[in-house]
Amino acid sequence: MNAVEAQNIVKHFGDTHALDGVSIQFEEGIVYGLLGPNGAGKTTLIRVLTTLLTPDSGSASVAGVDLITDPVGVRRKVGLAGQFAAVDEHQTGRENVEMVGRLYNLSREETRSRADEVLDRINLAEVADIQVKAYSGGMRRKLDLAASMVGRPEVLFLDEPTTGIDPASRIALWDLIEEMVDGGTTLLLTTQYLEEADRLADRIGVIDQGKLIAEGTSDELKATLGGDVVEIHVHNDDRALAVECLTRVAGEEPKAEGGSLSIPAPNGSKTLTAVVRELDSAAIEPRDIALRKPTLNDVFLTLTGHKAEDETQPVSARSRRRG
Amino acid sequence: MSVTTNIKPRSRVPLRSAVIHTAVITRRNVLRFIRIPQLLLFSTVQPVMFLLLFNYVFGGAITTGIPAGPDQYINWLIPGILVQSAAFGATATAMGLTEDLGAGVIDRFRSLPMARSAVLTGRTLADLVRNSFVFSLMLVVGYLMGWRFEQGFWKMALGFGVALLFGYSFSWVMAAMGLAVKTPEAAQSAGFLPIFPLVFASSIFVPTSSMPDWLQTFAEVQPVTIVANTVRSLMIPEEALELLGLDQGTLILQSLAWIVVIIAVFAPLSVRQYKKAVG
Repeated sequence: MNAVEAQNIVKHFGDTHALDGVSIQFEEGIVYGLLGPNGAGKTTLIRVLTTLLTPDSGSASVAGVDLITDPVGVRRKVGLAGQFAAVDEHQTGRENVEMVGRLYNLSREETRSRADEVLDRINLAEVADIQVKAYSGGMRRKLDLAASMVGRPEVLFLDEPTTGIDPASRIALWDLIEEMVDGGTTLLLTTQYLEEADRLADRIGVIDQGKLIAEGTSDELKATLGGDVVEIHVHNDDRALAVECLTRVAGEEPKAEGGSLSIPAPNGSKTLTAVVRELDSAAIEPRDIALRKPTLNDVFLTLTGHKAEDETQPVSARSRRRG
Repeated sequence: MSVTTNIKPRSRVPLRSAVIHTAVITRRNVLRFIRIPQLLLFSTVQPVMFLLLFNYVFGGAITTGIPAGPDQYINWLIPGILVQSAAFGATATAMGLTEDLGAGVIDRFRSLPMARSAVLTGRTLADLVRNSFVFSLMLVVGYLMGWRFEQGFWKMALGFGVALLFGYSFSWVMAAMGLAVKTPEAAQSAGFLPIFPLVFASSIFVPTSSMPDWLQTFAEVQPVTIVANTVRSLMIPEEALELLGLDQGTLILQSLAWIVVIIAVFAPLSVRQYKKAVG
């Protein structure tokens, strides 16, 4: 059985086409990563799949339950951790989790034992009886995650689980999510970070302007993206000459982005060395030169022809907020 | 989505679960009230300040139309001020709901297999619990200031109950307004728009007989006066009832009718606004 099966989901907010016919499906037991910039439609899709929004058209089932005809049935089978930790400051961690457990219709005893279990699993057992107002941002996200798991959901939805938290907490959260996945949880997570999708997801869907524009494993996607690039910054006077040098190495015109020039580096550091040699013989001293991994911007440049955070794109405030 | 569209959604939550959900949400909201010192302070200090202010600053000057006696004004004021606190306190319903909307808490609730009505009912019930605490405190302070329940405990308790029910119905008014304006700041300002005329152009602080005719006409038919007079008719000395032209039985029926009408109009409206606000 497919964990999620969505056909041609459309959702418009006025003139904003948040979702413009998105179809995704994936089987149980995998992590599906939905990668896209702000305003791409990620959050809208999660809100549709967790019954918070009714799509304008299209059909979908989650854990085998039809989204339109039986939303309560879907809610019994899903867990959601939204973009902002929806935890109550003035309750303790345990009270937060237990409240959600009771709302999943668990009995009092079951709620208690299940809360102990998830709090322990998420390493919050020690602070479980402290009010959440004393928690850090990372701890709140973890607690939110614990609350979303308390009802033993068949499919878990995490909307940008690590956006806005510090790097150390992010890595801790990744470890935690990986652990959960080892336990067989089916997961759909959205992210703006290629690195996050790369590390956690079995399959990645790239979404932009309400459309799914690419899908595959991390390796498959990277192959289409061309891998590493060499990026240089040079003084304006040297620019024309530098373009010539890079074209000689790459066999194609370099991409210009802001003040930088970049070419694909299929051979990694060898390409870098070749670039250095060319620049040296042309007596150009670059202000900066680096070999770097593809970023989300590269993905988007390649797939859509525009940058992930392209300010010239007519993205309304609403679709931005809805991520 | 199935092809046959006339299949009724099976999206019902059993009543027993809905009751549990409502209790869970009520408890959550009451805990918030208890654990936020500022909330506790302002929701109790403000009514007590009104009580002290009106009794000691204005009370001595307000004599027209009030039954004479050594503690004449405090006996007039206490029943009214319960109704005033109920009306002012209802803005907390709007504030609480809008805060939850902004914090993503409502999204979490809506993703759970819970009765959706529990979010609103749990909020208004929590405000009822808070009101009963605030009312009790005011009666204690009032007692220290000389107020007495002249018709015995049970009639006083009945008056207390009517004020409480009115507060509950008013919570639904504020819930609908809060969900319409969506932010806590707007909810607070918008809430006081209907509250000020209703509370001050009423018999809460002064008898309506001293008002100009046009205002008196409004003041005498509007629910706040009716409810304040009902509570008053259950607490002041019986011999004053005739003097003031208050008929206990009629007033109680009128109050209950207003309460039922307000809930019947504003509860469904709140549910509609809620669906709109979150959809």
